[in-house]
Amino acid sequence: MTNSLDVAAIKKDFRVLDQVQNGRRLVFLDSAASSQRPVQVIDAMSDFYNSTYANVHRGVYRLAEESTNRYEHARRNVARFIGASNHNEIVFTKNATEAINLVAHSWGRTNLTAGDVVVVSMLDHHANIVPWQMLAAERAVEIRWIPVTDDGQLDLSDVDRLLDGAKVLAVTAMSNVTGAITQMDSLIASAKAAGAITVLDACQYVPHLPIDVDALGADFVAFSGHKMLGPSGIGVLWGRMELLESMPPFLGGGGMILNVTVDGFTPDAPPARFEAGTPPITEAVGLSAAIDYLDELGMEAVRAHEVSLTAYAMRKLTSELGDSLRILGPSEPAQRGGVLSIELEGVHAHDVSQVLDEHAVCIRPGHHCAKPLMRHFGVAATARASFYVYNDESDADALAEALVAARDFFAL
Amino acid sequence: MSSLEDLYREIILDHYRNPRNRGELETPPAHRTEGFNPLCGDEIVLFLQLDGETVADVKIGGQGCSISQSSASMMSAAVKGKSIEEVKGLVTQFKSMMSIHETEIGGDGSETEEGLSGQDGSSATAELPLGDLEALRGVVKFPVRIKCATLGWNTLTQAIDEMAESA
Repeated sequence: MTNSLDVAAIKKDFRVLDQVQNGRRLVFLDSAASSQRPVQVIDAMSDFYNSTYANVHRGVYRLAEESTNRYEHARRNVARFIGASNHNEIVFTKNATEAINLVAHSWGRTNLTAGDVVVVSMLDHHANIVPWQMLAAERAVEIRWIPVTDDGQLDLSDVDRLLDGAKVLAVTAMSNVTGAITQMDSLIASAKAAGAITVLDACQYVPHLPIDVDALGADFVAFSGHKMLGPSGIGVLWGRMELLESMPPFLGGGGMILNVTVDGFTPDAPPARFEAGTPPITEAVGLSAAIDYLDELGMEAVRAHEVSLTAYAMRKLTSELGDSLRILGPSEPAQRGGVLSIELEGVHAHDVSQVLDEHAVCIRPGHHCAKPLMRHFGVAATARASFYVYNDESDADALAEALVAARDFFAL
Repeated sequence: MSSLEDLYREIILDHYRNPRNRGELETPPAHRTEGFNPLCGDEIVLFLQLDGETVADVKIGGQGCSISQSSASMMSAAVKGKSIEEVKGLVTQFKSMMSIHETEIGGDGSETEEGLSGQDGSSATAELPLGDLEALRGVVKFPVRIKCATLGWNTLTQAIDEMAESA
């Protein structure tokens, strides 16, 4: 395995990128919202539908058995990819948001009562804030906030006090706005020392960096398929088995029971307990193919590529746009992922994005579902460009050129 | 860049760079209303002060893109000194300018005609000239941005409704 990606070859696998808008090559820089997927993933899903599909865990006919095998193989593949030794600790959900809601609803409503403390962070996505606020509103649970530093990292200077007496630490592994990567080892150790479980939102982390959940020490890790070259409609919750076993079901229905009588029901063991109804079967097959694709590239190489590309883009943007540009987040590329939240002086993010669209450059304007953080930075919105395996320096150059055009168009 | 210039007409950029009626009013006598575009985070804070049935003063705060801010700025200039009835007519006119074209994009021209005549019939006052607001006509070619252009107007409608309720 080499330590660099052959991006020209990778680009060919992503046919959606092979198009022209307004006479310009499409430049896709919105992977932090949702990545594109390679032909290998699309073919795996299409082949599965054409050859194998049937509902899982039910039928005894060959298609049903093979479909179940493929679905369960996907579970094992996800487990292996994130370093979980027990594949039954992998619960498939519809997305990462549902995964976190599952934890807040099932573990939270079993274990938290009035006066208990949940620690969240200003850096988090609404998906790891609002489920806890809902619980807080219902149960009079106290929410404490880990603040952020000026360069968009978690401010852990007072974290032991915040965690004192807390039952939950709900935190992002990597910010979808500033790109800051959480120093998880020490933070999770602090949570453990305080007696709190850690619920990690790893949506921006798992697609971009190697992870080993067994070694990490967190209790729950959530991420989504569509941000890691897989399909939408599938998310993953990894949870420590002893916790999963202690939790009541989240959704009730078929597939999650051992027995049902007129008097009640007996839930099945995890992960089935948390997979009520027909699961995202073909999506699991697609996610597994996406994992195979990432494995082929090597996650160390993916990370190295993104650090190098982010460093290049930060240099390029700064040299082209100088003081009119502000990039939120850590200045050191090794401390961050390939997410650049940009403020262009005097030009609102919407207007930046509109001009960039004319240049066929796809980025995302807005609050990125992180309004507490945006308020902290005193901005309503940023223009966010994010990189993945199919991006290279030519894409960063196109971004810089389009940003210069935006600045000039709106020049005061 | 021709389509960009359709969207960002000079008058729009002028209102964005030099917003009219920017600021706050004392509450009471003014009424304060906040409007949000939850998708993008744009915020409008509108202060409306009536003198009987007339808009005595209006101020706009908040932050947002050139379209939402210029639309709110033009709106503030257009409604000042007008009666509530005239303002309601203007809101209807502006919003139909934004939605007529949405219908046209959908390819159904008949609803367009109905919408216009219905609006004419329902308003006793003569149509006010949209003036500068005509410049925002280009926004409808960018459907994602229509919500930006209407944010201030929806906030104004909300303010008028709230004031009527509390009166």
